[in-house]
Amino acid sequence: MASLISDTEPPSHLHPTSTDLVRRKKRLSVSSSSASSSLTTGDGDSHARWRSEKQQRNYSAKLIQALRQVRLSSSSAAAATSSPPPTAQKRGKAVREAADRALAVSARGRTLWSRAILSNRIKLKFRKQKRQRPAAIPAVITTGSSSSSSGGRSKKRRVTVAKLNKKSIPTVNRKVRVLGRLVPGCKKESVPVILEEATDYIQALEMQVRAMKSLAELLSGSDLAPQRG
Amino acid sequence: MSSRRSRSSRQTGASMISEDQINDLVLQLHRLLPELGNNHRRSGKVSASKVLQETCTYIRNLNKEVDDLSERLSQLLESTDSAQAALIRSLLM
Repeated sequence: MASLISDTEPPSHLHPTSTDLVRRKKRLSVSSSSASSSLTTGDGDSHARWRSEKQQRNYSAKLIQALRQVRLSSSSAAAATSSPPPTAQKRGKAVREAADRALAVSARGRTLWSRAILSNRIKLKFRKQKRQRPAAIPAVITTGSSSSSSGGRSKKRRVTVAKLNKKSIPTVNRKVRVLGRLVPGCKKESVPVILEEATDYIQALEMQVRAMKSLAELLSGSDLAPQRG
Repeated sequence: MSSRRSRSSRQTGASMISEDQINDLVLQLHRLLPELGNNHRRSGKVSASKVLQETCTYIRNLNKEVDDLSERLSQLLESTDSAQAALIRSLLM
C-alpha cells in the first residue's frame, strides 16, 4: 500500500519547491502529450490522455499540493480572521474546488471545461474583492477562453430551462443542451463540441474519482503498519 | 485538437453539422459509459437519446461521487494532524 494509483517517483518528488516540481512535470508531460497528440484519431486520443500512468502521477502530485494548500489556508484563516466556523460543507467544497482545479490544470488547457473551471475561479476572486470595478473582470476574461463568459452564472439557467421545455426543440438537441449544462463551460456550445467535451470530461472525472478514492484510502489506512516488507 | 475541430468544419449552426459526425461522437460517448445493459447492443445503432440520458446520469453520479469523496477527504485531513507526515511516509515506502 505504497502508491496512490501507480508506482510513484523517487522521494525527491515531494521535497523540492513547487517550481521544480512543475518543471519536472512539464518535461514528463510534454513527452507524454506529444506521444498522445501523435495519435490524431478521435477516440484514442482522450483515452490515452486520461489513462496513462504519467497523467495519473501528474494529477496525484497536483492534488496533494492543492490539498496541502487547502489545509494551510483553512487553518490560517481560522486563526487570523474571525471567519465563520468552517463547517464540514465548506471544507468539503474547498477540497472539491481544489481537486477540480488540479484536474483542470492537468488538462493542459486543451479542453473548454478545464479553461472554464480555471477562469471561473479567477472571476470569483475578482468579484469578491473588487465589486466596484467591472472593468477588471472583462480584462481577466479575455485572457481565458472565449466561451467562459457565461460559465458561472447559475441564475441565468432558469431562463434557458424554460426555453428547453418547449417541445419545439427535438429531443436529442434538448438532451444535448442538458448535457452542456452539466459540463462546465459548455452551456452555449454547438452539439459536436458538447459531445466532445463530455467525453473528455467523463474520463477526467473518472480519473479524479480514482485518485481521490485511493487518497482517501491511503489517509484512512495510514494508521496501519505498512505491509511491504 | 485542431484536427478534431476541422472535422466539424467549424460550423456553429446546428443544422449544418452532418448526422454522421454526431453519430460518431455519440458512439464514442457510448463506449465510455459503464456497460450496464449494453453488452447485447454493442453492434448496430444505439439510441442517441438514451446514450445522452445515460451520459447525463453518469456525469451527475460522478460529480456526486467526487463531492462525497472530497467531504470524506476534508474530514480525514482535519482529523489526522499528522496526515501529511503519514502520507509522505506511505508514498515513500
